[in-house]
Amino acid sequence: MSPARKRTVRLVVALSAAVILASALIYTSFSAASPTVTPGQLVREGVAGREYQLTGKVKAGSVRHEGQTLDFAVQDRAGEAAIPLSYTGQVPDPFKEGREVIVTVVKGAGRYIGQRDSLITKCPSKYKVTPSKGKTY
Amino acid sequence: MPELGRACLLLALGVCAYGIGASLYGVRRGRPEFALSGRHSVYALAGILTVAFAVLELAFLRSDFSFNTVADTSSTTTPTFYKAAAVWSSQEGSLLLWAWLLSLWSSLVLFLTRRRLREESAYATAILLGFAGFFVSLMIFYATPFATTNPAPADGVGLDPLLRHPSMMIHPPMLYSGYTLCIIPLAFGMGALIARKVDAEWIRATRHFALAAWLFLGVGIMLGARWSYSELGWGGYWGWDAVENASLMPWLTGTAFLHSLMIQEKRGMLKVWNVSLVLATGTLAIMGTFLVRSGILSSIHAFGGATLGVPFVVLIGVLIATSIYLVYTRRDMLASEHRLDSLLSRESIFLANNVVLVGLCFVIFWGTYFPLISEALTGHSASVGPPWFDRYTVPLALILVLLSGIGPVIAWRRATLANARRNFLVPLACALVVLVVLLASGISTGKPLAIAMFCCAAFVLGSVGQEYWRGTRLRRASSGEAPPLASLALVRRNRRRYGGYIVHIGIAVLFVGVAASSSFQHASELSLSPGQSTKVGAYTVRYVRPTGTITSKQDAAHTGATMSLGAVLDVSTGSHPARHVATLTPSEGFYDSGEPSQGSVGHLIGGQAVSHVSMDGGVTRDVWSAIAPDISTPRLLRVMNIANKTIPLVRPDEGMIALAVLVREYLKAPPPAQLHLIVSPLVLWIWIGGLIVLGGALIAAWPAPSAVRQRVRVGVRSADDRLDRPPASPERGLARV
Amino acid sequence: MAALLTLVLLAAVIAVVGWPLFSRRRASAPESADRAELQSAREAKYREIRDAELDYRMGKLSREDFEAVDASLRAEALVILDGLEALDAGSPAADAQKPAD
Repeated sequence: MSPARKRTVRLVVALSAAVILASALIYTSFSAASPTVTPGQLVREGVAGREYQLTGKVKAGSVRHEGQTLDFAVQDRAGEAAIPLSYTGQVPDPFKEGREVIVTVVKGAGRYIGQRDSLITKCPSKYKVTPSKGKTY
Repeated sequence: MPELGRACLLLALGVCAYGIGASLYGVRRGRPEFALSGRHSVYALAGILTVAFAVLELAFLRSDFSFNTVADTSSTTTPTFYKAAAVWSSQEGSLLLWAWLLSLWSSLVLFLTRRRLREESAYATAILLGFAGFFVSLMIFYATPFATTNPAPADGVGLDPLLRHPSMMIHPPMLYSGYTLCIIPLAFGMGALIARKVDAEWIRATRHFALAAWLFLGVGIMLGARWSYSELGWGGYWGWDAVENASLMPWLTGTAFLHSLMIQEKRGMLKVWNVSLVLATGTLAIMGTFLVRSGILSSIHAFGGATLGVPFVVLIGVLIATSIYLVYTRRDMLASEHRLDSLLSRESIFLANNVVLVGLCFVIFWGTYFPLISEALTGHSASVGPPWFDRYTVPLALILVLLSGIGPVIAWRRATLANARRNFLVPLACALVVLVVLLASGISTGKPLAIAMFCCAAFVLGSVGQEYWRGTRLRRASSGEAPPLASLALVRRNRRRYGGYIVHIGIAVLFVGVAASSSFQHASELSLSPGQSTKVGAYTVRYVRPTGTITSKQDAAHTGATMSLGAVLDVSTGSHPARHVATLTPSEGFYDSGEPSQGSVGHLIGGQAVSHVSMDGGVTRDVWSAIAPDISTPRLLRVMNIANKTIPLVRPDEGMIALAVLVREYLKAPPPAQLHLIVSPLVLWIWIGGLIVLGGALIAAWPAPSAVRQRVRVGVRSADDRLDRPPASPERGLARV
Repeated sequence: MAALLTLVLLAAVIAVVGWPLFSRRRASAPESADRAELQSAREAKYREIRDAELDYRMGKLSREDFEAVDASLRAEALVILDGLEALDAGSPAADAQKPAD
């Protein structure tokens, strides 16, 4: 085989390998991903047994510690639907009522279960668009 | 003073516009004085932005709350160090920092290349001013740092307690320096393409800037990881969060660029790769900057500000389109001077290195932007978690480490079996020894990837060690120095090579730490009462007693926690007798929320709680602990209710006394507290590896000692010329190894 | 106060930016630029020659390859040195200048 031919073959092989690997990557990302939903969407479209990434605000007054479990409700940003859930695992520092959170949930028998250690609280917004009023003390 | 700041921004925009015009006019019409005027515009811009930054910084230091950004992120009780650093904790302030750093680095670079790269640097000047102008426009039209409120509020909101940590304050300037430094090679790359001069001179100049960018980004990433590990309450150093990934991606392409450049230098190959990599690095840096502040991706760091999204998307689109256009239209001059002779050659290994690094970058890119991609393709936003990232990045990282051991020793053009025997025997032996030891020790069951990483790291150490050994021996043969001196001289005279080898050692060490701490970690999360103990890995942790402190609001030396509750933990190992290992004191700090609705006493501790981690770091392992005390037991809540009812809002001192009562009640009968305990082996080596990388990079980047250059200039033929052949040309005095 | 500072800043900016347009010292610039380029090229070429030799002695470059590479690098170095000598011969005044690096 001439050197030029060898090079073409090499290139084709390399590109094919890259395409195959990329396809594998892309395919698994779609199957391994959990849809990001708001409480409203979850109520409407939620399927039992499937994992979802629930995002929203922690509803005021809904937080309760029961031994190792943390019960709280996640509310739509607009304040409409709220999903109560039970969560076990790491609770990040910034977690509190009114904070934006992301938690992986699965719909069990009649209730939602937060997956272990999946709770993420958004860092309190460092970059605010509108300035807040100053506090006098 | 805010008027001066606003005037500076307008002036800056004007200077950018003029500079772009002057540079382009100067280079296209052959009027060097205009090109020089364009370069001076960059210097002027740096001056203007310095004044603007000083105005903002002074406002913070003087607690001038008429400035909105000061009122939003600082307060009278914020310690001075954090006041000074709070400048960049807001969107507007960070844009100013970005623009200022860009102008400073651009000025430095243009000054250093003032006598060279005439044409390329004129275009680069225009491009750099374009970027600066973009950011200045953002500040003028979208998010100005100099907005004021009249009348000024009496006090500010204060800096988020989570950010009151020294490395969290250094992390943004480091990262921004990294990002802005990535723009400079991009500008010179585009300039070189426009001027049709992608040659050795361009490589020489761009390499230094790319190395500086790579260094700063790397330090920024390491600082962020360290902060996450030692300050945040989750005990990890990397979470594949969108913002972490955003800074890693340009670093990966930057690494590929620095390596791939060598091939262009030595063999005139991979030119298309190199320009593409340098353009990609700059574009990824802009994308990273955009990601952090646009809120388009849900992540731990999602900062608000959807209004900034559109300009950035346009900028990124322009960058990508321009890059593709330039590379395509200049492809004839980017043709390789040589061809790949063999798949087993250094050229081929470097090409593989490029592919793996770009592959890693692609995986991370895909995973990071997946929510947007899936939304665009399927209408539903979905995200992938750390396990998906790990699945693809770990094997790629293994290959990368392996390549870093093969690359330095494999022969150019074509590796023969004899080469391979000579160069790979020792490294392979090292890897095998490690493998055997690990298998025999029995700890390796079920952790093949970690074992593979340890073996690859051993391979790298063997390969680099061999290089040093052989090089020292060569040097000693000609100079007769003692081994340590010979080694030093070797490094001094071949900084780039041997400094680079040290970087490879650092990376190997770092990955050993990562592999060990992820695969062999023991973690435990449970409720404990005083007196109880639990086992974590080889250690027994006993909750000895609770702790509690109150700190007055005026104590500026502290981070400002009003109340702190924690525990004393005793860590021991073994039994009969148990050996004391460490005493840990994790605690949780409660901060003032400033919300009267939480009660006159409630608000004093109603703000965000911050976990103060306590750990015992060691050479072989870290024992890490965090605590979440329970303050909502019925008894403690009763105390709080009574305090809220009886103490007026305007008497915070009496509120503090009430808190003291609360703390005493807590200490008298402490409820079970939630403890998070982790024993991670070899974490320290991650930080050590990072430091080794830094040291190696500095050695590689340091200019050659003048002694070497002196010898060369004098033109005296060196006595240690061992080459047994007639010179092809009159010797002009080239210093030997 | 702010207005005054702004005017001062404006004046400074105009001075810095406008200076090249009115300054007379343009003649020597191309000279020193070429010299600096050649000098940095020379340093780099020397480094490459040393590097190639080290590679050869460490067994990463075969003898034939090394001799070919070494010869071509030295030829390139000679071209650069010739260029520098031409510059020196052309402008003896520039000789007294310290090299840029």
